[in-house]
Amino acid sequence: MKAIQMTRDKSVTLGLLIVAFLILALLPQFTSGYLVTLLIDILKFAVLTVAWVVFSGPTGYMSLATAAFYGLGFYIAAVFSGTVPFPLLIMLAGASAFVVALGVGALTLRLRGVYFAIFTFALVLLVQNVVLEVERVVTQTRGRFVETVSTEGVYYAILIVFFLTILAAMLIRRSRYGLALQSIGEYEEAAAHSGINVVWTKVLTFATSAVFMGMAGAIIATRRTYIDPYIAFNLNTSFLPVLMAMFGGMGNLVGPVLGAALFTYIGEILLTRFPDLYMLIFGVVLIVSILFMPNGVLGLAQGVWRKMRGGGHAPS
Amino acid sequence: MHLLEGEGVSRNFGGLVAVAGVDFYVDQGEILGLIGPNGAGKTTLFNLISAALPPSAGTISYEGSPITGLPPYKICRLGIARTFQTVKIFAHLPTVRNVMVGSLFGTGSRSSATEALRIADEELEFVELSSLRDVPAGDLTLASQKRLEVARALATQPKLLLLDEIMAGLTRNEVEEAMDLIARIRARGITVVMIEHVMHAIMGICDRIIVLDFGVKIAEGTPAEVAADKKVIEVYLGEEI
Amino acid sequence: MIAFRDIFITGLLLGGIFALVSVGLTLQYGVARVLNVAHGEFIMVGAFMTFWLLGSANLNPLLSVAITGPVAFIMGFILHKTLFRRLMDTSPSLDIFEGKSLLASFGLLYVVQNLARIIWGSDVEGYNFLNSTVTAAQIPLNRLVALAFVVVLGGAFYFFLARTRLGKAIRASAQSPTTAELMGVDIRNVLAICFGLGLGLAAIAGSLLSTLFAIQTSIGLGYTVIAMVVVVMGGLGSITGAMIGGIILGLVSSTVTFFHPSLTMIAYYVIFIVLLLARPKGIMGK
Repeated sequence: MKAIQMTRDKSVTLGLLIVAFLILALLPQFTSGYLVTLLIDILKFAVLTVAWVVFSGPTGYMSLATAAFYGLGFYIAAVFSGTVPFPLLIMLAGASAFVVALGVGALTLRLRGVYFAIFTFALVLLVQNVVLEVERVVTQTRGRFVETVSTEGVYYAILIVFFLTILAAMLIRRSRYGLALQSIGEYEEAAAHSGINVVWTKVLTFATSAVFMGMAGAIIATRRTYIDPYIAFNLNTSFLPVLMAMFGGMGNLVGPVLGAALFTYIGEILLTRFPDLYMLIFGVVLIVSILFMPNGVLGLAQGVWRKMRGGGHAPS
Repeated sequence: MHLLEGEGVSRNFGGLVAVAGVDFYVDQGEILGLIGPNGAGKTTLFNLISAALPPSAGTISYEGSPITGLPPYKICRLGIARTFQTVKIFAHLPTVRNVMVGSLFGTGSRSSATEALRIADEELEFVELSSLRDVPAGDLTLASQKRLEVARALATQPKLLLLDEIMAGLTRNEVEEAMDLIARIRARGITVVMIEHVMHAIMGICDRIIVLDFGVKIAEGTPAEVAADKKVIEVYLGEEI
Repeated sequence: MIAFRDIFITGLLLGGIFALVSVGLTLQYGVARVLNVAHGEFIMVGAFMTFWLLGSANLNPLLSVAITGPVAFIMGFILHKTLFRRLMDTSPSLDIFEGKSLLASFGLLYVVQNLARIIWGSDVEGYNFLNSTVTAAQIPLNRLVALAFVVVLGGAFYFFLARTRLGKAIRASAQSPTTAELMGVDIRNVLAICFGLGLGLAAIAGSLLSTLFAIQTSIGLGYTVIAMVVVVMGGLGSITGAMIGGIILGLVSSTVTFFHPSLTMIAYYVIFIVLLLARPKGIMGK
């Protein structure tokens, strides 16, 4: 009975996903350029946020390395721009991010809590400065040019990567690795003594989440003609997914996607209405959302729903 | 051949010697008690066996081959499971999921999720926690959490089980239940090493006892021999053994 | 030999500044458990306040610390009482609080930096102050003055921690908040005071820095990074560690700058990352 229930749940989720994919895939046929551009931005952040949640959500390790892998994607795109077809470029970026993340993950195993956050924070700045110096010495330039791809091409690419990210996140959550990651987040020592290869599980998941960050980077790089280390390895790229995940709520995968969509949209409105005050208001929104929505928008909505229903416990 | 054997096992923390050149063995099917005052190095010895810590010197062999240097998860998959002095459960996961971690990852052979779930339910039944299978483990009482740890350890299908003070903080009745549980574990053919402060429990169920004091083994023998040992009586001065 | 001496002296002077930049951060993390990414922004605010006071009231930059320090202290005190206090009350564990306060301080970084940009613009500013050199060793006078200032301030701060009642309460809270509370320390006020002191020290560092370097509303993050390197080097929360770490980083900085100026930033990060991996508890840690 239970098993039947579960397969039905699975097929409902899968069905919804396919419908969503179809709607999003057909959208450029019917609508104007602006919505597509906005959606590219939203999908980009959704990829980064969901990928971040895959590792940091269950394990509780707050990674701020997102910008490092995303920026790596930028540089793969710039270096191989024009010589390699677009899909191959994206895969190459994903593969490079995977390899780099394996190395970084293996190095940082000893660090826990805030030290891991500081390490990943510094990593982004280190990479930024190293690339800056390498470019200065080797190519004697600061930035590079990237061959652009049509808006529709970018849109479909990021859409496909988005669904791959969601699919991977769902598979990991539901597989044995999901349970392993959760138990690592709950009590790492007990997990290790219960037979979980803690090191490998953490590193592999970290690297898997980096794949999608790298791919997103390679895709979005083609939206710009010019990139430099400051654009590619920007700390905002590391912090925003964390905030979006918290904004949306991390209990399931809907939260991070919702958080990314709402946050990007709010940012977009602020940017067009108050270009000078944009960053300031953004900071305030950030602080307020951390302060007043400990469980994210979704948690807030569930809380309101619970109150409307008369104070009983919401079904989990 | 002994099931588990340690030679000159030592561990220092900076200048402090926690375990100093302890020789020990455990034979298949027995219940070995590990006693000694607080800070005698009992838990450290467990940590060395289960590879939570590397030893500073000495070797530990299991079924005849050395296991020093292996990571904790491999020790577990070889068949050495443990519980913790202060419970380390996965508090936000349902009870049955806690146990399933053991049966899914700790057995040494790859089992399907359905099979792992079946074993988890069996072990919950064994420690009499079936009625709480879907409750978050953090909501359980201390006594139940200790049983849960035992179930999680048993789910890894161990040959050797290390129990670290599973009776500490329990009521008299709960201690009786725990003693019964250990007897049933032995009946399954699982070898047990237990650290315990509850003397009547340890004297009642152990076949053999090792006494540690300041990291050194000061006595070893049957409960009756150990209780009559002069050094042991000195260490436990005034306590009734 | 002369090069070596110059490198050493420059490094020592720079190290004093770095130590001052970092002590505030270590105080905020060590006691209040806030890893304040906006720390450098308050250094920037201190620098611009001094610049502004010099321009509008012709106030001596060294005297302006009597204003910038207390103003930043009050800002920090209020920030902790409103923002971080609330986060602390709603976080189920210390780990979660540390994560959330790190993110909140990132929001703070945006707010402070952009307010400053609106008030002071985004141009590079600067002024000349005591920039004659002491002839024998070619040391700029303003650097010597700044170092003397750091030493005096460090001494006063050390005395405050070691001898005064509040200082003892702060040290007790850094070791163990629960024990401190049992011993009658009002932990809530102590945390807010420490956070305020951290920002006050940042602003004072900023005031001094403005006598040495050009300033801009975007300089904050760079100093935050330096402070983080120093603090990790000395051990998060250790005040002596921050002092020693600052001097070491100053020496490293002057050495690398002498041989290969463009590698200075990279050297910071490499030291930082290697140290974090090799000795996560800092060089003073066990």
